[in-house]
Amino acid sequence: MHYSLLSVLGQALRGQRDWKPQWRDAAPRTEYDVVIVGGGGHGLATAYYLAKEHGITNVAVLEKSHIGSGNVGRNTTIVRSNYGLPGNIPFYEQSMKLWEGLEQDINYNAMVSQRGVLNLYHSDAQRDAYARRGNAMRMAGIDAELLDREGVRAMVPFIDFENARFPIKGGLLQRRGGTVRHDAVAWGYARAADQRGVDIVQNCAVTGIRRENGRVTGLETSRGVIRAKKVALSVAGSSSLLAAMVDLRLPIESHVLQAFVSEGVKPLIDCVMTFGAGHFYVSQSDKGGLVFGGDIDGYNSYAQRGNLATIEDVMEGGMALWPGLGRLRLLRHWGGIMDMSMDGSPIIDRTGIDGLYLNAGWCYGGFKATPAAGFCFAHLIARDAPHPDAAAFRLDRFATGHLIDEKGMGAQPNLH
Amino acid sequence: MSTITLRRAEADSPPVPTGRPQAFRTATGGLIDRRRPLDFSFDGTRYAGFEGDTLASALLANGVRLVGRSFKYHRPRGILSAGSEEPNALVELRAGARREPNTRATVAELYEGLEARSQNRWPSLRYDALAVNALAAPIFAAGFYYKTFMWPAAFWEKLYEPMIRRAAGLGRAADAPDPDTYDRAHAFCDVLVIGGGPAGLSAALAAGRSGARVILVDEDHRLGGRLLAERREIGSRSGADWARETVAELASLPEVTILSRTTLFGVYDHGAYGAVERVSDHLAVPAAHAPRQRLWRITARRAVLAAGAIERPHVFGGNDRPGVMLAGAVRTYLNRFGVLPGQRVAIFTSGDDGWRTASDVAAAGGQVVAVIDARACVPPGLRRAAEALGARVIAGGYVSGTKGHLALKAIEVVDTYGSSETIACDCLAMANGWNPIVHLDSHLSRRPVWDAAIHAFVPGALPSGMVAVGAAGGRLTLAACLETGSRAGAEMAAACGFTAAPRDAPGTDPESTEHTPLWRVARSRGKAFVDFQNDVAASDVELAHREGFRAVEHLKRYTTLGMATDQGKTSNLAGLGIMAELTGQALPSVGTTVFRPPFTPVAIGAFAGHHRGKDFRATRQVPSRAWCAEQGAVFVETGLWLRPAYFPKAGEADWLESVNREVNTVRSHVGVCDVTTLGKIDIQGRDALAFIERVCANPFGTLPVGKARYAVLLREDGFVMDDGTVARMGETHFVMTASTANAAKVMQHLEFCHQWLWPDLDVQMVSVSEQWAQYAVAGPRARDTLRSIVDEGFDIGNEAFPFLACAEVTVGGGIPARLFRISFSGELAYELAVPAAYGDAAWRAIMQAGSTHGITAYGSEALSVMRIEKGHAAGAEINGQTTARDLGLGGMLAKKKDYVGRLMKERPALTDPDRPILVGFRPVDRGARLRAGAHFLAVGAAPSLAADEGVMTSVAYSPSLGHWIGLGLLRRGPERHGERVRAYDPVRGGDIEVEICSPVFVDPKEEKLRV
Amino acid sequence: MRIRCPYCGERDNGEFSYLGDAAPTRPDGMGAEAAAMHDYVYLRENRAGAHRELWYHGSGCRAWLVVTRDTRTHAIDDVSPARDVARTRRTGEAA
Repeated sequence: MHYSLLSVLGQALRGQRDWKPQWRDAAPRTEYDVVIVGGGGHGLATAYYLAKEHGITNVAVLEKSHIGSGNVGRNTTIVRSNYGLPGNIPFYEQSMKLWEGLEQDINYNAMVSQRGVLNLYHSDAQRDAYARRGNAMRMAGIDAELLDREGVRAMVPFIDFENARFPIKGGLLQRRGGTVRHDAVAWGYARAADQRGVDIVQNCAVTGIRRENGRVTGLETSRGVIRAKKVALSVAGSSSLLAAMVDLRLPIESHVLQAFVSEGVKPLIDCVMTFGAGHFYVSQSDKGGLVFGGDIDGYNSYAQRGNLATIEDVMEGGMALWPGLGRLRLLRHWGGIMDMSMDGSPIIDRTGIDGLYLNAGWCYGGFKATPAAGFCFAHLIARDAPHPDAAAFRLDRFATGHLIDEKGMGAQPNLH
Repeated sequence: MSTITLRRAEADSPPVPTGRPQAFRTATGGLIDRRRPLDFSFDGTRYAGFEGDTLASALLANGVRLVGRSFKYHRPRGILSAGSEEPNALVELRAGARREPNTRATVAELYEGLEARSQNRWPSLRYDALAVNALAAPIFAAGFYYKTFMWPAAFWEKLYEPMIRRAAGLGRAADAPDPDTYDRAHAFCDVLVIGGGPAGLSAALAAGRSGARVILVDEDHRLGGRLLAERREIGSRSGADWARETVAELASLPEVTILSRTTLFGVYDHGAYGAVERVSDHLAVPAAHAPRQRLWRITARRAVLAAGAIERPHVFGGNDRPGVMLAGAVRTYLNRFGVLPGQRVAIFTSGDDGWRTASDVAAAGGQVVAVIDARACVPPGLRRAAEALGARVIAGGYVSGTKGHLALKAIEVVDTYGSSETIACDCLAMANGWNPIVHLDSHLSRRPVWDAAIHAFVPGALPSGMVAVGAAGGRLTLAACLETGSRAGAEMAAACGFTAAPRDAPGTDPESTEHTPLWRVARSRGKAFVDFQNDVAASDVELAHREGFRAVEHLKRYTTLGMATDQGKTSNLAGLGIMAELTGQALPSVGTTVFRPPFTPVAIGAFAGHHRGKDFRATRQVPSRAWCAEQGAVFVETGLWLRPAYFPKAGEADWLESVNREVNTVRSHVGVCDVTTLGKIDIQGRDALAFIERVCANPFGTLPVGKARYAVLLREDGFVMDDGTVARMGETHFVMTASTANAAKVMQHLEFCHQWLWPDLDVQMVSVSEQWAQYAVAGPRARDTLRSIVDEGFDIGNEAFPFLACAEVTVGGGIPARLFRISFSGELAYELAVPAAYGDAAWRAIMQAGSTHGITAYGSEALSVMRIEKGHAAGAEINGQTTARDLGLGGMLAKKKDYVGRLMKERPALTDPDRPILVGFRPVDRGARLRAGAHFLAVGAAPSLAADEGVMTSVAYSPSLGHWIGLGLLRRGPERHGERVRAYDPVRGGDIEVEICSPVFVDPKEEKLRV
Repeated sequence: MRIRCPYCGERDNGEFSYLGDAAPTRPDGMGAEAAAMHDYVYLRENRAGAHRELWYHGSGCRAWLVVTRDTRTHAIDDVSPARDVARTRRTGEAA
């Protein structure tokens, strides 16, 4: 059923009785052209664009739990394309453009809200680094503004301009950045992919990857063997575990990142704001909760929970920046498993095993990348050639030295 | 440690009637202090309550039943519970900068002058304009917003979203900085007992008597849990008296700490627990120097979970009307607070436990009008007792609807034969069984398991060292609470090496917990709410089922069930129960949501503690700080350090004029700069040189004793980590410096290299950054200045102590010091290090010695100008993305030794001749200003990523040259001296032509530093 | 999370900083191959389960430690000074 104001009103009169499942809970068939492992935002978007852009519809998305149960439903919902390095810039801008047309494209309101992303700076050196980044964005045709202190004050007058340990001197603003309702992204892509014939198979865990003569032939799963001409891995924090099934070691570590939400309150802040002198970023959801986060806990983890030291660090950053937060209460905190790569940038590439494709290494940045990751991964799978906007995300860049290290932290995943 | 003081219950002494009348207050009884009336206001109207009241009990005592409006439909809401599970009675407490939105009235302790307001209503609580939303309820079904508001696209941010955001959210946060302070504390114990009800008190007592270190945590201000709320007997006394006596004994045990008003909100790994103590929330404002709250990090060897259970409401049409309450809460208000929640009370139960309410109502002087039990078979004894009180008993029936506008006036009841009737009442007590509090044990990713005997989830396999007792463990009877608590307390103490003498638990009056849950009343009228706070009705669960959102996490996220501030404490199980009915599954196969910390919401300020404002992070001060401050220096944050940036003098128009003067004075006379912030690492041992060879990329084998050398450190991936100097103080003794920003990182790296990579090298190292104050004395008159500082007998002349010499000397008459002839400014320069305690004295001595030579103090700004004039790379260039070759340092790297980063720096992309390399820039129009962060484009090229040739990294106004100069990384830069490019800076409106030149602007032949 | 430092006793993990997997061994010397160095610097097994990893007790005794921790549950089996582990490993390799 097409979603619209009319259909909603019509169903209101009929007691909401005629709505159908938003996607079929498909049982796996024995063979597909493409099997995508991972029913998160990236996997579902890949399936959708395979069908829409390349006409490949004999596709299954396998999810070990239920769709959207990983990072697409655990993040702080921020979207932006304010990157500084040429390997990243066109890709994230493509993602931003896809966000801008997403809801009309998939007929699902994911609440793409371009409320602006403001990165604060606290020193002359930080200002110049942001200018460098903003200038690179502008050269790529992306909106970026460098605000001074008064420009920041006009946007967020409630933060600590008077007594800050690290004074607020200005900020880099991308007005087109903002937030997206995260769960709706998974559900919307699932519904749109399903409408184009993709099978979404839940509660289906992959236990092995079958190969013959150096070529992938299918998957062993908790719901039987599924043959596939092409297998595409899109499993974020579990990437290394899947890769290990074909004896691949990846330049990736899995780390836990915590996210936080406060009790719902009336509107307080209408942009996304990041602190430049501590680990803290915040926005307010449409429901009223402040959604915020900080740094990863910093140690390899497959447990979706973090520890107190990081929590306190995030809250300290919050209070240092915005002392009015003191009496607002933290409602929930949780963890997601990040596939932290060795240079902080992702991998969308072939693997050296015919028919096996990899989409991984997203670090903190996976959610905002969802549409473009799906779009470019679908392109790679369909045409066996990288999409030009994702051409830098090669697996062999660590050997060649074509690193994409935005923060200059080097080969240490927990510093990115 | 806080101690608790208990006041005896006042039942025996005649109450002194004071304060305003409280119409629904019973004449006697309750654990309130009737001699201490308290004045408070709600929505501007003044009322009275008593000490010991919560805001909720005081409101009920005054007959106030409408306290809020619901989230989505703005339906009138009252008080459902008497505890921290409350979904409805959320208010804004206090005002101004202390305003606390979404405060549960059921746990807010009353204090004199308390001020509370209802929230999410306009213009008033009784007449709320947005109550029209209820008319649109057929549209506002779960997830309707995912299906509409999509056209036209631009309207989302402009119209729909602002509208939704204004309507959403409940209370208003304070709009000023929090005026209160917060404390953070650590505590360690053998046995942590979570919950001070009968099970927790028993556990704490058993463990405490053994001598174990026990911490007992309870969220209430008064310990006893349900014992305070029920009329029960333990031994031969009331449960409340038993609790009081037990607490008194616990308080007398030296190793027992009682933390009341403290919520244990989170369980973390390895026996770490988070708790928040509400030190001052029961006061109008905190006492002087007292925090508002204190965040406890408790480390416990063993833990006893005795957090109790939460009663479940029934799901039927109109179950949210003010006056519909949990039966246990009705008993709490009656027995603990001496408040009648209604004059005419009906009871809707599905188990034996709800019947207990009838006699409590009657004992308090209320009328029990009916008891409706969903079970067809009701124990005859219960029926007889209720009928004796004059109550109608309807077995096998159910409540199908409620009447009343802003408060309950009547219920509609359907009996077992299907005939319905209306029964007038002003309070309905719901009893639908109890859910053990399994939130805390699921924080470590443990799933609870279904207990068919009590129709509830109970703790599954717990992390080692943890045990759940009493109701929290699924043992709902009082006798079981006492028994399991006592046993667990003894066992946990024993596990910590203490001997606990076994004692029999005291006897209790009998009780029955027989119960058959009713997940919803299928045929009822009106919206039947599952999640009160998020306005999720049973019909929303049905819709989720219809649309395929059947997995428990999908149900939760699509309908928002369980996502409100109560995290679904009263709603999750009903949601699962209904989904189980719809899918034909058993309830436990639907699953359970994972509860996340915190158990109840915790103030962000409490987590942050004192780390706010200037105290957010420690401040490191340089040794010359006092003198610099006396001189009016302007300080700048550099990492944790505060460094003097420049020293303005009277008559100077701006910072640039001051900096120019400082630079000119250094270049013409002499200046002194505090460079203590540099990292200093003392390295000693037989293999110290071998070690330095492996961690530095340039060769050191030929470095003689008494000489220093510039050092480059690479990361193993081949990029530059840091630069500094290595000075050979003796055959096996070296001092390495690191940049201010990287000091700690370099130290950690060296320790790694030694302890992990090459543990067999005989070398030791220690950071001496804090031990030595270090000053750069630079300029043509530097030697003249230092001659009177360095003790006689040490020749600092150019021949005896040439460029790059180093030595241990004495200054000021025997004070040990280190002298290095190194230069960042390009001038004749020394760095003098003295023990930090002499830092202030040495600085003042240098200023005095230099006064005849025209000395100036110079700050980090002048330092930066001079290093740019000399083309030295610093933080903007050594940013983790550059190689030694990029920085023009490729030539100095060693060829014949292995060192960290040697191989990886040779990767093709890192040796690509097209990489940007460090060069200098000057504006073609010499009057133009340069900006760091500008990108380079060929003159005439259109801006694009492909046209990007590099970036300006550092700029300065050079007083030596009289114009701006810059350093930058440019593709094939060194081959292009004399060429012009554009410095493109659109974010600041800059676009100028610059000329490429050598990065060394001043004294390229390096003559000045060797004189 | 709490880590029992062999020198200082059990401490909160906030006192430590983390480096990563302790399994890769640096290919030392002038004869080392670039490919081996690439694997050492970049490739990780990233195990879900027992993981030997390097921690630095920076706010304590400055010892590098090898901690054996289950990355699924955080249960810690062993904490040893990195120096001892490295020496043992080198002895093993020599033999």
